[in-house]
Amino acid sequence: MNKIISIEHLSENVVKLSIEAPRIARKRKAGHFVIVKIGEKGERIPLTISSSDPEKGTITLVVQRVGVTSHKISNLHVGDSVTDVVGPLGLTTHVEKFGTVLCAGGGVGTAPLLPIVEAMHKAGNRVITVLAARNKELIILEEEIGEFSDEVVIMTDDGSYGRQGLVTHGMEEIIQREKVDFAVVIGPAIMMKFSSMLTKKYNIPTVASLNAIMVDGTGMCGACRVSVGGATKFVCVDGPEFDAHEVNFDELLTRLGGFRDEEFKAYQIFLETLKKEVT
Amino acid sequence: MENMVEHLARERSMEWREALRKSIKAKDRTSLERVAMPEADPAERAKSHVEVNQGLSVQMAVEESRRCLDCPDPTCIQGCPVSINIPKFIKYIEKKDFAGAARSLKETNALPAVCGRVCPQEIQCEASCFYTLKLKAPPVAIGHLERFAADWERKSGKMFIPEVAPANGIKVAVVGSGPSGLAVAGDLVRLGYAITVFEALHEPGGVLKYGIPEFRLPNEIVDVEINNLKKMGVEFLTNFVVGKTATIQELKAEGYQAFFAGSGAGLPNFMHIPGENANGIMSSNEYLTRVNLMNAAHDDYDTPVLLGKNVAVIGGGNTAMDSVRTAKRLGAERAMIIYRRTLAEMPARNEEIKHAQEEGIEFLNLNNPVEYFADKNGRVNRIRLQKMELGEPDASGRKKPIPIEGSEYELEADLVIVSVGVSPNPLIPQSIPGLKVSRWGTIVVDEKEMQSSVPELFAGGDIVRGGATVILAMGDGRHAAAGIDRYLQKKNRSAS
Repeated sequence: MNKIISIEHLSENVVKLSIEAPRIARKRKAGHFVIVKIGEKGERIPLTISSSDPEKGTITLVVQRVGVTSHKISNLHVGDSVTDVVGPLGLTTHVEKFGTVLCAGGGVGTAPLLPIVEAMHKAGNRVITVLAARNKELIILEEEIGEFSDEVVIMTDDGSYGRQGLVTHGMEEIIQREKVDFAVVIGPAIMMKFSSMLTKKYNIPTVASLNAIMVDGTGMCGACRVSVGGATKFVCVDGPEFDAHEVNFDELLTRLGGFRDEEFKAYQIFLETLKKEVT
Repeated sequence: MENMVEHLARERSMEWREALRKSIKAKDRTSLERVAMPEADPAERAKSHVEVNQGLSVQMAVEESRRCLDCPDPTCIQGCPVSINIPKFIKYIEKKDFAGAARSLKETNALPAVCGRVCPQEIQCEASCFYTLKLKAPPVAIGHLERFAADWERKSGKMFIPEVAPANGIKVAVVGSGPSGLAVAGDLVRLGYAITVFEALHEPGGVLKYGIPEFRLPNEIVDVEINNLKKMGVEFLTNFVVGKTATIQELKAEGYQAFFAGSGAGLPNFMHIPGENANGIMSSNEYLTRVNLMNAAHDDYDTPVLLGKNVAVIGGGNTAMDSVRTAKRLGAERAMIIYRRTLAEMPARNEEIKHAQEEGIEFLNLNNPVEYFADKNGRVNRIRLQKMELGEPDASGRKKPIPIEGSEYELEADLVIVSVGVSPNPLIPQSIPGLKVSRWGTIVVDEKEMQSSVPELFAGGDIVRGGATVILAMGDGRHAAAGIDRYLQKKNRSAS
C-alpha cells in the first residue's frame, strides 16, 4: 500500500499525484516507469515516473483519465492509498552532452518528458521544448518544463494557447532556425510517428518513449512487444525508449487497440456503476 | 550422524510399521487393484474451472495405501527430488493417522498439497515403485495419496506447523516466491534463519499462481501453504523487483548474508514468423497470467482477456495444455493444439493430454505455423500451417520434425497462444557484476551446493535449468537451502 501525499488536478481529465514509495524514489532515474494497481481486483498498468523526492520518499505520477483504472486513480484523495506500486522498471534514458536537444511532448506525454528535459539540461545541453495539445486545458507542467528548458514553445490545435498548429510545425521551425543534434519525442503514438518522420527528414537522431500495453512489466508476458528495426523487442525490459526512426509505429498503433472493445465495454459498465452509487 | 539408509531402516523397524506389515499378506496387497482418481465429468468441467481431479475419499485412500508393501529397499524415495519418506507417510494413511501422514510429508516437503497435484509422479516416485519395476503392474498411487493427506489436514482445520529452531539472527534473502523460493524459505526458516522472500508481482506464489490454472491447482491451496510459511516466520515482500527496486549489493548492505535466486524463466519465446505481432496472438505467460493471476475472465476484475471462437495453441508442453484447456473453458468452439511432432514426443504429462482429449481439445499434430494473417483491425484471423514428418532423432533424442514442401494450408483462428518455451529472466544476472551465466543466460551453479560464481548467491529452478517442473525447482531449493546453511555456518565460524 502506497499512501497518496498530494493530488493536483492539472486539467479536467489530468491528475498529478505524489505517492509514498521510498525505495523507488531513491533508485529512479529519467526513463523509469512503475506498474500500479488500484484495488484488489484492479489491473496492472504502466506509468512513467514524472519526478521524485528521495528525501521525502515520494514519486510523482501524472495520469490522464481514459479508462477504468485511470478513472479510479483520478477519483483518489490525499490519504488514500494506491494498492500496488512496483518499480523502478525499464532502462534509463541515455543522457549525454549532445549539444542542442529538441524535446517534444504531446498531451500527457509531457509528464514522462519532464525528467528527460531535466537530465538533458543538467548534462549541459541546450534544451528547446515544444509542448503540444488539443487546447490550453491540456497543456501541463509548463512551469516545471520551463525550469530546465532554454526555450519553451507551446502549440495548440485550436490556438487557445501559444500558437495554433501541430507539434510538428513547432518542431520544424526550430530545426530550420538552428542546428539540432538530438531529439526526444513523447506523446500519443500518432504524435510520435509524425514527429519522428519529421526528424528523420532532417537526419536528427531521435528517441521515443513507447506506451505499450503491459501486464507484469518485468519481461514475463510479452504483451508489450514492438518491432524496432525489424526485430521484436519488449518495451518493459528493452525500453521504454527506442530509436524512433526504427520503431514500427503503425504496428504499435494497432497493438494499442488490441483490447479496445473489452476496455470500452468495461469502462461503460464502470461508469454505470458510478452513476448508481451517486443516485 | 545417522545416514539416510540407517534412518529409513530405523523408522521402518518401528513397532507400528512392523505390525501393519504383518496385518495383511504381501500377496493379498499385490492383488489389490489401483484405486482410480475420481474426475469431474469432462463435458461439465470444460465449462467451469472446477478441479478436474476430485481427490480420493478416506475409504479410497486407505484402500490404496494397503497396496504399498513398505519395501525394505524403498526405491520410490530415490525417484523423489525432495526425498519424501514415501512408505512412512503411506503407512500412516493405512493406520488412519492422516495427521501423522501430513506431518511426515512436511518433514521434507514444504508444499505437499501442490506436489500431490502437479508433480509428474509417473516419471519420478511412481516410475521407481516396486510395482512398476518388478511386478510390471500399475504403481501405488503415491501422488494421489500425498494430495489426500495434505487435503485432509487442510480440511481438518488443524494444520501442523513444523517446529522452528531458535532465531539465529542471520538474514537470508530469497528472490522469487515460486516453488524453488518457497522450498528454500521453508527449510531455512526451520533452521532459525531470518528469511525475507522478495516477489516482483503483487501476490506471492510465482508460477503456481500466475501459471497453473485453477482446474489443476486452485490458488487457495497455494495461499494456505504460503500462510503456513508466514506462521513459521517467513516474511514476504511483494512488489519488489530485486535488481531494480534494490540490487543484491544494496540488500547486502542492509544485512542480508546470503541470497537465493529463484526468479524463474521470465521471457516468453516467440517464433519470429511473419504476422506474429498481430492482435490476438500472445504468449501463454500473458494469457495464463491474465486469467489465473488477474482473474480477467470475471467481470468484476478490471484486467481484460481476449476470447476466441477458434483458438490455436502452439506447442505441446504442460503450459500449452493449460492454455488450450483454459480457452475451452472460456467458451472456445474449437480449441486446438498445434504441435510439430506427434503425441508420442509431446512433453506434456500423459494425464494432461488425456484430460485435454476428454474435454474435446483437437490435436493438430505434425503441423507448424509459418505465417499469421490479420483482419482490417489488426486482429489475427488465419494461420498458415505447414505439415511436418518425423526424421532421425535430434540432439534432444526426439525425432526431428521436417517440413513437407508444398503442404501449406490455412486455418481459421481468432486467438493464438504461443507456448514454445521461455528464456531465463535477465533482470538478476544483469544486475550482478561478475556473475557467471551460460550462453542461454541461465545462472551457472555448482550442482551439489547450488552456489553461483558469486559466493553468497545461490540459485535454482528455471533461472538455472532454463525450464523445469515444480518439483525439480523444489528439489533445487532444498539443495540450495542445505548449501546456504553450510556456507553461512562456515563463514560465521571463521568470522568468530
